[in-house]
Amino acid sequence: MIQADLNIILPEILLSVYALLALVVAVYTGKDKVAGVLTWATALVFALLAVWIGLTGEGTQVAFGGMFNDDGFARFAKVTILLSAAVVLGMSQEYMARRGLLRFEYPVLVALAVVGMMVMVSAGDLMALYMGLELQSLALYVVASLRRDSVKSTEAGLKYFVLGALSSGLLLYGASLTYGFAGTTLFSGIITAASGGHASLGLLFGLVFVVAGLAFKVSAVPFHMWTPDVYEGSPTPITAFFATAPKMAAMGLFARVLHDAFGGVTADWQQVLVVMSVLSMFLGAVAAIGQNNIKRLMAYSSIAHMGYAMMGLAAGTVFGVQAMLIYMAIYVTMNVGTFAFILSMEKDGQPVTDISALNMYAKREPGKALAMLVLLFSLAGVPPMVGFFGKFYVLRAAYDAGLVWLAVLGVIASVIGAFYYLRIVYYMYFGSDGVELDKGRSPVLWGVLMASAALMLVGVVTQFGVEGAAAAAAATLVN
Amino acid sequence: METIILFAPLVGAIIGGFGWRFIGEQAAQYVTTGLLFLACLLSWIVFLGLDAEHVKHIQILRWIESGSLSADWSIRVDRLTAIMLIVVTTVSALVHMYSLGYMAHDDNWKTGEHYKARFFAYLSFFTFAMLALVTSDNLVQMFFGWEGVGVASYLLIGFYYRKPSANAAAMKAFVVNRVGDFGFALGIFGLFYLTDSIKFDDIFAAAPELAETQLHFLWTDWNAANLLAVLLFIGAMGKSAQLFLHTWLPDAMEGPTPVSALIHAATMVTAGVFLVCRMSPLMEYAPEATAFITFLGATTAFVAATIGLVQNDIKRVIAYSTMSQLGYMFVAAGVGVYGVAMFHLLTHAFFKAMLFLGAGSVIHGMHHEQDMRNYGGLRTKLPYTFWAMMIGTLAITGVGIPLTGWIGFAGFVSKDAIIESAWAGTNGGYAFWMLVIAALFTSFYSWRLMFMTFYGKARGDKHTHEHAHESPMVMLIPLGVLALGAVFSGMLWYNSFFGDHNKVNEFFGIPMHTAEAAAGHGEEVTAHATEATTGQAETAPAAHGDDTAHTAATDDTAHAAVTEAEHGMAPQGAIFMGPDNHVMDDAHHSPVWVKLSPFIAMVIGFVTAYWFYIVNPALPKRLAEVQRPLYLFLLNKWYFDEIYDVLFVRSAKAIGRFLWKRGDGNIIDGTINGVAMGIIPFFTRLAGRAQTGYIFTYAFAMVIGIAVLVTWMTLTGGAE
Repeated sequence: MIQADLNIILPEILLSVYALLALVVAVYTGKDKVAGVLTWATALVFALLAVWIGLTGEGTQVAFGGMFNDDGFARFAKVTILLSAAVVLGMSQEYMARRGLLRFEYPVLVALAVVGMMVMVSAGDLMALYMGLELQSLALYVVASLRRDSVKSTEAGLKYFVLGALSSGLLLYGASLTYGFAGTTLFSGIITAASGGHASLGLLFGLVFVVAGLAFKVSAVPFHMWTPDVYEGSPTPITAFFATAPKMAAMGLFARVLHDAFGGVTADWQQVLVVMSVLSMFLGAVAAIGQNNIKRLMAYSSIAHMGYAMMGLAAGTVFGVQAMLIYMAIYVTMNVGTFAFILSMEKDGQPVTDISALNMYAKREPGKALAMLVLLFSLAGVPPMVGFFGKFYVLRAAYDAGLVWLAVLGVIASVIGAFYYLRIVYYMYFGSDGVELDKGRSPVLWGVLMASAALMLVGVVTQFGVEGAAAAAAATLVN
Repeated sequence: METIILFAPLVGAIIGGFGWRFIGEQAAQYVTTGLLFLACLLSWIVFLGLDAEHVKHIQILRWIESGSLSADWSIRVDRLTAIMLIVVTTVSALVHMYSLGYMAHDDNWKTGEHYKARFFAYLSFFTFAMLALVTSDNLVQMFFGWEGVGVASYLLIGFYYRKPSANAAAMKAFVVNRVGDFGFALGIFGLFYLTDSIKFDDIFAAAPELAETQLHFLWTDWNAANLLAVLLFIGAMGKSAQLFLHTWLPDAMEGPTPVSALIHAATMVTAGVFLVCRMSPLMEYAPEATAFITFLGATTAFVAATIGLVQNDIKRVIAYSTMSQLGYMFVAAGVGVYGVAMFHLLTHAFFKAMLFLGAGSVIHGMHHEQDMRNYGGLRTKLPYTFWAMMIGTLAITGVGIPLTGWIGFAGFVSKDAIIESAWAGTNGGYAFWMLVIAALFTSFYSWRLMFMTFYGKARGDKHTHEHAHESPMVMLIPLGVLALGAVFSGMLWYNSFFGDHNKVNEFFGIPMHTAEAAAGHGEEVTAHATEATTGQAETAPAAHGDDTAHTAATDDTAHAAVTEAEHGMAPQGAIFMGPDNHVMDDAHHSPVWVKLSPFIAMVIGFVTAYWFYIVNPALPKRLAEVQRPLYLFLLNKWYFDEIYDVLFVRSAKAIGRFLWKRGDGNIIDGTINGVAMGIIPFFTRLAGRAQTGYIFTYAFAMVIGIAVLVTWMTLTGGAE
C-alpha cells in the first residue's frame, strides 16, 4: 500500500530530496559560489518535473487514505506553478548575482516553497492543507527578507511573517472548528457533513475562518494589506515569484477546499467570495492609480486580478473553475513578462522602480516598449490580447451562474483599472523626456519579455491546449 | 450577353477610377466610353431579339443564404428589363461621348489636375448600379442598385467638391433620398415578413393573398397589399422626386450638365416609375395605393409645371420639367396602364436627355452662364444646338397630328396616351385635369426657354455673347442621335406600348389567351366608360387560364385572386393587369374632346409664350409686378425649401445641438469626468491613507474583515 502511495507523491518526494541534497552539497562545496549553478539547476529540475507531470499523469489517484489527491486539477496547477517558478528563477539569477544577493539558500528555499505549493493543490485533508501552506509560507517569509542589509527588505519579511502568522492562526482556528463539527479533517468527510445546501453554524464559522486564511494568501481584500509593502520591499525577482507561483497555488487550494470540502454548501461561500471579489477588483483598480512605484502598482494589479479569478470561483460551477484556471494561467504568463521588464529597468546599474523613469522609453527601445505595451494592454484586458479572453471567461462564468451584476461590476472595475496600465503606455510613448534608463543587458530577460508578449498575441489564435486542459481539470474537481 | 451588359460598365468604372494612372487619362476616357457603347449595342440586340413570353433568369452567384432568406444574384430578362436596358445604356453611352467634349476644359479645376478619369469612372459606376437595379431578380438586389445609383448621384452632384453649393446639394440629395429609401426598405421587410421571400416571382404569386391580409403597423391594422405598395411607392417618391420628396432634384443641377442629363433626367429618376411597373402584380391588388399614386403623380406634374413657369436658370427649368413629366408617368402607372408609363419613360429619356445636353451645349458655348436672362439671339451662334433644342421642345410639348393618336413627335404620342388613360382611369377626374393644365404650362415654359435663349436680342455680358461658339462634333453627334429618338420613338413603338391590345400583350409577354379575350372585349365595349363596367362582368379576361376564366369573369376580383392564389403561380409577363383593369381599352374609346385637350393646351401654351416673349417682351415683367405674391410664390418653389427648413432642418439641428451639448457634453462627458476626476481619485487617496505601513493597521483590517464576515454569516445563518 505504502508503495502505491509513495508513487503518487513521487514528484514531491523527488523535489524535496533534491532540495535537501542541494543544501548539503552547497554547504560542503563552494557555498554562494555555486549559487548560480544551483539556481539554473533548480530551474531545470522544475521544468523537467513540469514536463513529467504534464505528460505522464493521468486519471485520479488518492494517496494516504484521501489526504493527498493526484487529479487533473492538481496537475494543471502544478505544471503552472513549476513552469512559472522555473522561469522566475532563470530571470533572477543574473539580477541577484550582480547585486550580491545570490545566496545558495535562495534556490533551495524556492524549491521547498514549490514543494509546499504542490502539496497545497493536492491536499485532500485539512492537515495536508496546513502542512503545504506552512511549508510554502515559511520559505517565502525568508526569501522576502533575503536582502538582509536592507531595511525595507527585512521589514517586508517581518510584516509578511507577522501577518502570515495571524492568518495561519485564523486558518487553524477555522480548521479546528470544522473538525469539531464535522468530526473529521478529511475533505471527503467534511463534504458529507455539509451537504445538501445545509451546514451547521459551527461548520459555517469554520468555513469563514478557513476562507479568511486562504484569502490572505491570494491577497484578497480585506486581507490584502501586506501585499504592496512586501512587493515593494522584497528584491524584485522575489516579487516576481510572489506574484506568480504562490498565487496559482493559493487559488488552487482555495478551489479545492471550496469544492472538495464545502461543495455541498455552494451558496454559503458564494456570497463571501462575491464580496471579496468585488472589493478586490475595485480596491486593486482604484488604489493602483495613486502609485508611482511600479512594484507597488503591480501589487495592486495582482489584487485586482485575484478579484477576477475569484469571480470565476464564485460562480461555483465547472465552467467557473475552468475560467479561473485559464485566468490564472494567463495571469501568470503576463506577470512573468511584466516582471522581466521591471527587472530590466535600471539606471547606472541600480534598479529603478519609478514609472516616470519610463518617459519616452519607446524612443530609445522601441522593441521592448512595444512588448511592454502588448503586456499592459493584455493586463488591462484590451482585445485582442489574451488578457481580454481571460476576463471574458470569468465574466461569462459569473453571468452563466446568474451573477449578472457581479459581471457588470467586474467590467466597470476593469475600465477603472485600465487607467493605470495605459498611463504607463502613455509615459512610454508620449511622455516628456526625462531619466534615461540603461540599455537592457540580459538576454534572458529580453527573451522572457518577448516570449510573453508574443504569447499574448499568439494565444488568441491557439491557446496551446490550455482551454481543454483547464476544462478537464475543472471537471475532475467539481462534480 | 446580359452579363456583359451588366459588367462592362463596372469594368469601365474600375479601369477609369484606378487604372488611369497606368494607361493615362485620355485612354481611360476612351475605354469607359467604348465599353458603354459595347453594352449599348448588346442591349439593343437583347431588346430586339427578346422572347417576351419566357422570362429569362441568369444566375451569377448565390448571394445571400441566411435562415429562410435566400437570394441569388441573378439577371432577370423580360420586357421591362429590356426597355430599361436600352434606355440606360443608350443615354449613358451618348452622355459618355458627349462628356468627352464637355469635360475637356473646366474652369472649376486648376491646370494639371486630374478630374476627367474620375468623372468617367463615376459615370460608368452609375451605369453599372442602374443596370443592377433594372436587371434585378429580387428586391434586395434591386435595393443594392437603388443605393448604388444613390451613391453615384451623390458623387456626381458633388463632383465640383470645391463649391460649397455643390456639396450641399449632394448632401441634400442623399438625405432626402434616405427618407424614401427608408420607406422602400420597410416595404421590403414587410414583403419578406409576409411572403418569406424577396424573389419577385414568389412575391407576385403571393400578391392576391396579400390583398386579403391585414398587417399591424403604426398602431393600427392595414391592408397588407395597400400598405406595402405605399411603402414601396415612398421609396419611388424619393428617387423619382415626387412631391414632398422632390426638393433635392432642382438642387442636383449643381452637378455637371451631362450628369443632369443622364441621372437626373433620363435614368435614375425614372427608377421609381420602373419600381412601380415592376411591382405591377402587387399594385393591381392595392387599389387605395394606386389611387394615391395617381393623385400624387398628378399633383406633382401640376406643381412642378407651375414652378417651371418662372425659373430663370436654364437647367432648373428643365429640372422642374423632368419632375413634372415623372408625375405624368406615375399617373399612368397609378391608373394601371403600366405600358404607357414605360412608354413615356422611354420617349422622355430621349427628349429630356437631349434637352439637357442641348442646354449643356448652350452653357458650354456661353462660358458656363446658366441664367436665361443673359441669353437671347443665340440661334445663329449655335445653329445645331438650336435645332436640337427645337426638336426636343417640339417633342416635350407634344406636337403631332391630333386624333391619329400616333403621328407626331415622341412626347406627343406618349403624353396623349397618358392623358387619355388618366381620363379613363379616373372617369375624367382630378388627375386628368391636372395633367391637361400641366401640359399647357409645359408648353409655355418650354417655348419660353426657347424664345429667351435663341430669339430676341442678346442680353447680358456682351463679351460672352461675342465669344459664344458652337460645341465640337463629339458633343453634337449625341444630340443628333437623341433627336432621332425624340422624333421617331413614339411613332415606332406606339402599338407595342399602347395601341393594339394584342400587340401590347405580345410585347410584354402576357399570355395569348388572355390577350384574345381582351381583344374581343375591346371590340365589344362601347366608347362609354360606364358601359364598359357592365360589359366587364360578362367578358372580363382572366390572367390565369382558360378553364378558370369564366369563374373569374363572373365573380369579383377577390375571387379571381383566390383562384390565382390556389394556383400559386406568378402571373406571366413583364407587367400584369388585373382581370378588371380595362383602363387601356377605355382610354382608346375616350371622347374626341379628351383626345384633343392636350393638343389644345399645347397650342394655348405656345401662343401665350409667343405673345409674352416675342410680340411683347415687356409683358412678363408687368404681369410679375401685378401678381407679385403669386410670382414670388412660384419663384420660391412654393416655399418647400423654407418650410422644410423650419420643420425638419432646424428642429433636427436643434435636437442635435441639444443632444450634443447637453446630452453628450454635459451628461455623458460630465459624468465620466466627474467619476474619473473626482470620485475615483478620492477613493484612491482613501486607499492610500489606509495603507499606513503599520502592521497593527493591517492586522486590524484583517480582524475587522473576519468579524464582519462572521457576523454576516451568523445573521443570515448561511444562505438558506
